[in-house]
Amino acid sequence: MDMVTAIIDGCGVEVAKGTTILEAAKTVGIKIPTLCYHPDQFIKANCRVCVVEVEGVQLLQAACATAVNEGMVVKTNTSAVRDARKTILELILAHHPQDCLHCIRNQKCELQTLASEYNIRDIRFDQVDRGLALDLTSPSIHRDPNKCIKCGRCIEVCERVQTVAVYSKYDRGFDVGVAPALNLGLGDVACINCGQCVLACPVGAIYENDQHDQVWDAINDPEKHVVCQMAPAIRVALAEEFGLNSGELQMGKIVAALRQIGFDKVMHTNFTADLTIIEEGNELLQRINNGGKLPMITSCSPGWIKFCEHNFPDFLENLSTCKSPQQMFGALVKTYYAEKSGIDPAKIYSVSFMPCTAKKYECARPEMNSSGYQDVDAVLTTRELARMIRESGIDIVNIAPEEFDAPMGIYTGAAVIFGATGGVMEAALRTVYEVATGDTLNDINFTAVRGMEGIKEATVNLAGTEVKVAVAHTTGNARKLLEAIRAGEKFYHFIEVMACPGGCIGGGGQPIGTINEKRQFRIDAIYEEDLGLPMRKSHENPAITQIYEEFLKTPLGHKSHELLHTHYTKRSLYPFSKEQL
Amino acid sequence: MTNNYTNRPIDQIIAEFKDVKGGLLPALHAIDDEYRAIPQEALVKLSQVLNIPVAQVYGVATFYAKFAVGQRGRNIIRFCESAPCHIAGAAKLIADMEDQLGIKVGETTLDGKFTLEFCQCVGMCQSAPVFTINQQPYYNVLTDEIPEILARF
Ligand code: SF4
Ligand code: SF4
Ligand code: SF4
Ligand code: FES
Repeated sequence: MDMVTAIIDGCGVEVAKGTTILEAAKTVGIKIPTLCYHPDQFIKANCRVCVVEVEGVQLLQAACATAVNEGMVVKTNTSAVRDARKTILELILAHHPQDCLHCIRNQKCELQTLASEYNIRDIRFDQVDRGLALDLTSPSIHRDPNKCIKCGRCIEVCERVQTVAVYSKYDRGFDVGVAPALNLGLGDVACINCGQCVLACPVGAIYENDQHDQVWDAINDPEKHVVCQMAPAIRVALAEEFGLNSGELQMGKIVAALRQIGFDKVMHTNFTADLTIIEEGNELLQRINNGGKLPMITSCSPGWIKFCEHNFPDFLENLSTCKSPQQMFGALVKTYYAEKSGIDPAKIYSVSFMPCTAKKYECARPEMNSSGYQDVDAVLTTRELARMIRESGIDIVNIAPEEFDAPMGIYTGAAVIFGATGGVMEAALRTVYEVATGDTLNDINFTAVRGMEGIKEATVNLAGTEVKVAVAHTTGNARKLLEAIRAGEKFYHFIEVMACPGGCIGGGGQPIGTINEKRQFRIDAIYEEDLGLPMRKSHENPAITQIYEEFLKTPLGHKSHELLHTHYTKRSLYPFSKEQL
Repeated sequence: MTNNYTNRPIDQIIAEFKDVKGGLLPALHAIDDEYRAIPQEALVKLSQVLNIPVAQVYGVATFYAKFAVGQRGRNIIRFCESAPCHIAGAAKLIADMEDQLGIKVGETTLDGKFTLEFCQCVGMCQSAPVFTINQQPYYNVLTDEIPEILARF
């Protein structure tokens, strides 16, 4: 590798050719402020807050966009640099509501942090109120365009990573804004509700539809029996909200906190993740054995489902008819659980804690009412859960751990790994292999489908049939895969797709600051949890055996079809009605 | 007298730019030539035919001052907002025109017949106040002449 040496603030650095001043400075512990820069994205260089002095160059240079040259002498901390940065921040703030105290991103905002670090006390420019309307059209994602600093990070993640391309800059010069096409609301365009733009946004311009107050109302209502489920990706990330490393928070502490908050029953989506594996595994075997539509594609990620409905309507029959574990859980809470515990399902309020913003949309889909009621009443993200815990004054780090409520709180390691890309595939293979062959797997770790690689492939011998599988995360990678299949270049039997980078652990409802590096930590924590569990195959879960005996009878049976399976809807890419045009 | 635009169907205009590399801007110009605006519907069709996300088409169309995105009326009435017209009492005439059309500047009549806009000096300051309808200038107009002028369209 070609190396170059330079001097930054008097420190000698040696870095690979092409390294930016920003990255080089980091290696010697020098922090340069940034706003438009994002470690997983291309360089945009539009905010200029990262300016530094480079000897021999007259103008200040953007550190994020300038490569280190041999012999370069850089100064990041002169009064000219500090003044320029302050002026830039003041200019941004002059067009920004001074609303930090009430802002959903208070204390998690990159602009606020810089304003504090640069001691911005008053702003020398006139305050401009842009007077733009809030966008509350989507059940998942809300926008306050007045807070947008036009960095373009949301545009990039939506267009390049997800290939949904909802946003663009519009107008020019002073009037530039960032919005969906035609300035329509997110609810009126082909947005898949993945929430990756929320994670990408440095400020409070894009955020989840926060519904935690509705859940407080239900808890405070003495008539209501409030139960909750929690997705496997929550635990590893919630830790970060409370100053711990990914995965450091014990599951039992979250259970205890949820009981203190006031939930009548605390159960786990993992239970229905195991159930999904039984239903989906049987569906796969049936499709393979009876000449059904292949490849079969997983259906647990509602962002992916909506993406498929808009962009690949010709693949809807390839989607597994299994509902997502969240929705299976919802349907069972108001039927199986209600029956078993003798509680009127009309009085049950069912809350789901998810790493996902798309699940807010999913629970409101009109078909998600197989229990006769809306199956899941409210979906709260990891961030909203953290808010409820803080609001309750619970010291989650030191609380004494408790156990989940049975039976819908019993789960295996196969369910835990649902949270990581490749996890559903691996969990399915563990079960399908043993069910199809009657043999016991020697090694249940299918490492070929693990990790942050965009598209992963493997072949598994199932009782004589070579079963080809593929795993894609991000809808951009799913698009590539499906286009190759459409073109006849690839063939698979079974595909797992997760809409978010890294799978659910990288979901749009996860803590602010979710970048790919963090995603990898969470993935590691997920597999560690799986490894430590006594049961690691879904079909070994005794509560699953029990629910089939007592209630569902047989996989893919009549009850299953009624409660656990669903159908999909073709959607246009341009869901604008004529009146709106 | 009507305007000079033939209003060829948008589909027909856009179809000519299918498979044209960098066809977006020329297509926008062609639409603008016919419709003196970029109807929102055209943005969606451009996106479909040129296979470019509609958000990007929107971004490009709004970037250029020449293009007005959105449906405008079949006839565009533009009042000069420069000083000479102002001094000659344009404000009063504009208010009268707004009253008669039932819209404000920047709006389009419900029947889609007229859009009211401002423009810069059209170079006829000797006859201020001036407005144009499509390409045709009108000067020294009195309020009670407005209905007769509008009736020609
Ligand atoms: S986006 Fe950031 S700076 Fe703006 S009001 Fe919210 S917290 Fe404050
Ligand atoms: S939620 Fe996802 S699809 Fe929707 S705008 Fe944001 S990144 Fe794009
Ligand atoms: S909405 Fe957020 S991410 Fe998008 S451009 Fe504005 S500040 Fe940047
Ligand atoms: S961070 Fe370098 S220009 Fe924005």
